[in-house]
Amino acid sequence: MTTITPLDETNKVQVSKDQEHEDHRLFGLVAFLVADGMTFAGFFAAYLTFKSVNPLLPDAVYELELPLPTLNTVLLLVSSATFHRASKALKISDSKECQRWLMITAGLGLAFLISQMFEYFTLPFGLTDNLYASTFYALTGFHGLHVTLGAFMILIVWWQARSPGGRITSENQFPLEAAELYWHFVDGIWVILFIILYLL
Amino acid sequence: MTFANSPQANQVSPSLQPKGWLRYLSFSLDHKVIGLQYLVCGFLFYLIGGALASAIRIELSSPISDFLARDVYNQVLTLHGTIMIFLWIVPVVNGAFGNYLIPFYVGARDMAFPRLNAVAFWLIPPAGLMLISSYFITGAAESGWTAYPPLSITTPAAGQIIWILSVLLLGGSSIFGGINFIATILKLRRPGLKLMQLPMYCWAMLGTSILVVLSTPVLAGTLILLSFDIVAHTGFFNPTLGGNVIVYQHLFWFYSHPAVYIMVLPAFGLVSEILPVHCRKPLFGYATMVYSIMAIVVLGLMVWAHHMFTSGTPPWMRLFFTIATSFIAVPTGIKFFNWVATLWGGRISLNSAVLFSCGFIVNFVLGGITGVALAQVPFDVHVHDTYFVVAHFHYIVYGGSVFVIFSSIYHWYPKFTGKMLNEHLGRFHFVLTFIGFNLCFAPQHWLGLNGMPRRVAEYDPQFAFVNQLSSVGALIMAISTLPFLWNVIQSAFNGDVAGDNPWQGLTPEWLTSSPPPVENWQGEAPLVTEPYGYGITNEELAVEPSINDDIQIPQDK
Ligand code: HEM
Ligand SMILES: [Cu+2]
Repeated sequence: MTTITPLDETNKVQVSKDQEHEDHRLFGLVAFLVADGMTFAGFFAAYLTFKSVNPLLPDAVYELELPLPTLNTVLLLVSSATFHRASKALKISDSKECQRWLMITAGLGLAFLISQMFEYFTLPFGLTDNLYASTFYALTGFHGLHVTLGAFMILIVWWQARSPGGRITSENQFPLEAAELYWHFVDGIWVILFIILYLL
Repeated sequence: MTFANSPQANQVSPSLQPKGWLRYLSFSLDHKVIGLQYLVCGFLFYLIGGALASAIRIELSSPISDFLARDVYNQVLTLHGTIMIFLWIVPVVNGAFGNYLIPFYVGARDMAFPRLNAVAFWLIPPAGLMLISSYFITGAAESGWTAYPPLSITTPAAGQIIWILSVLLLGGSSIFGGINFIATILKLRRPGLKLMQLPMYCWAMLGTSILVVLSTPVLAGTLILLSFDIVAHTGFFNPTLGGNVIVYQHLFWFYSHPAVYIMVLPAFGLVSEILPVHCRKPLFGYATMVYSIMAIVVLGLMVWAHHMFTSGTPPWMRLFFTIATSFIAVPTGIKFFNWVATLWGGRISLNSAVLFSCGFIVNFVLGGITGVALAQVPFDVHVHDTYFVVAHFHYIVYGGSVFVIFSSIYHWYPKFTGKMLNEHLGRFHFVLTFIGFNLCFAPQHWLGLNGMPRRVAEYDPQFAFVNQLSSVGALIMAISTLPFLWNVIQSAFNGDVAGDNPWQGLTPEWLTSSPPPVENWQGEAPLVTEPYGYGITNEELAVEPSINDDIQIPQDK
């Protein structure tokens, strides 16, 4: 018995069927975030190895304070929650509420970046001072880049979620969902980073 | 954003885009156009990489550095390795054949993300041109394709930075491609098509793409740190600043060992498609093939430090990585025996495609054997960084992957163009390549065992004769490209008309016209649940085994 469905002239091109094609963009985004996460994993592995096998050269300074990064952690965690509120508001088509929560989220992201900058300027070591210092700046800098990108994404999403006229509605939630997923990812990375860089 | 299968992807965009051959130079979203773009672009880079290889072999035909100055030799060597890996084999076995075939195999009209797909391809030409032009503008990188610090920090910075940038772009392209393949294979399957009914190449590409997504980003991160060391004078990998070179090696090989599977797993898949068609037998051991691929993916991520046995690795690490590496030989061996069993008792037509596939099997098993030998620390510490390693990996990347690329071109050219290639020229090409290849690389085992170090322009005069032998082989390989080039160019115009299915294949790409229409099939995608049903379920395609019947023919299950 043959198992090939033969090509058949009566089988008209099924355009209508094709249109019901699902949206795989979120799946693609998840795959991308796995890749992005691996970049961080490489950095973390490098940092942990440096810490365990490379003693600092004599008179190198590497000290971190806890209060500011703890505040940063709180800022990001809260911003994850506010983003979630925004997407819940979108689901019930309350675009005003959605935009409001998005603005708050972007504000929290910005506060995080400012406080991170503040930390950079008060730290007693610079980028090239010693191995740990370099790794510290590379890791937090790379993460900060992600936050910056995410903040821009939120602003774009905020603009697109306006009503009337915005592209993002309860029927087309994808851009908001994507930005939210990304933002949660960046927050999650921060928590790991906080534990590894500041607590360990 | 356009979706695969959506009418926009197939109807609106092509009419907005150039027609005829010009569309191959455009930002086309058609997976078949993109596949051929990858193939032709990769082949052009192969010609450049091959010219560099010839320069290396000319230099090495005498023990002194006469044809190339030492620093030029280093640049040529670095460019050769980088081009062959990142611009020829990886883009072609993944990007070219993957893009062309995977949508057919899963019964889709395009890849999951056509636009991302086009972006991934168009990152390649600028990255490649940037890399090559660095030779003329600033001097190319000199630290080899591995860019080990401190060498890469102390050699001239400009060329090294351009090298890093272009590898980052190529890595990005590779990651985008990998995401696209995973989404296409897992999400775009035609309704009714089960995973275990997919042609083997889909599994190979799924495994490869998982490796790409997990390991390429680590290389990217590492190279960013390296560029900081070069530009900003941080000391991540610089021992004089308190840094650690071994960490670079670990991170680099965490990508680059999987990278060898990124080069060879898709080739495994392609051979598994080609052999059953031409020996009219089902692929032997489908399920074991699938499990072997997945085992290779998992093990492939855990063996990287076998490249670092002489880097002061502690004994436990040597032990672990020797054992893990040796284990890889098991799934690899399963695949090898499955191909042999597929051939066994089949009615094999020994055309160019099959010849190259069989050449692959022979070369690959030799490279695999030297690989297992290299995995043993007591042996490796003697031959590490000698020509033995060069021989090992050329048996695998050239004798393996490149042979498969040629085999695949002979096999799918009729589908790509609607024309047949000339068989006589094809066989001539095979004979030249096979002889040239073995003459070039087999003697290098001897050179390595006798202590000739790799990566240097000068060597002890006692090695001169064997090096000249190897150079003659390289010359034959270079000449072998000519009949091939002539064949693919003139067959496009004067070749015999192929028809839709010249090989009587059962996989879906043969069930449409040659070349296929933009939307892949006139009607709905066919449901092929037995891509290898030769001679078993399909009466018309059944053939009697040609070999006398008293030989026991292995049967799957
Ligand atoms: C049975 C499977 C294999 C084993 C056990 C194996 C083992 C090894 C080992 C131990 C080395 C390090 C030698 C040294 O530097 O001292 C090596 C090098 C290498 N192998 Fe393999 N290998 C295998 C398959 C492959 C495959 C499939 C590829 C590529 C498609 C490959 C490509 C390479 C390359 C490129 C190098 C040299 C890298 C460099 O130093 O530049 N190998 N192999
Ligand atoms: Cu390896």
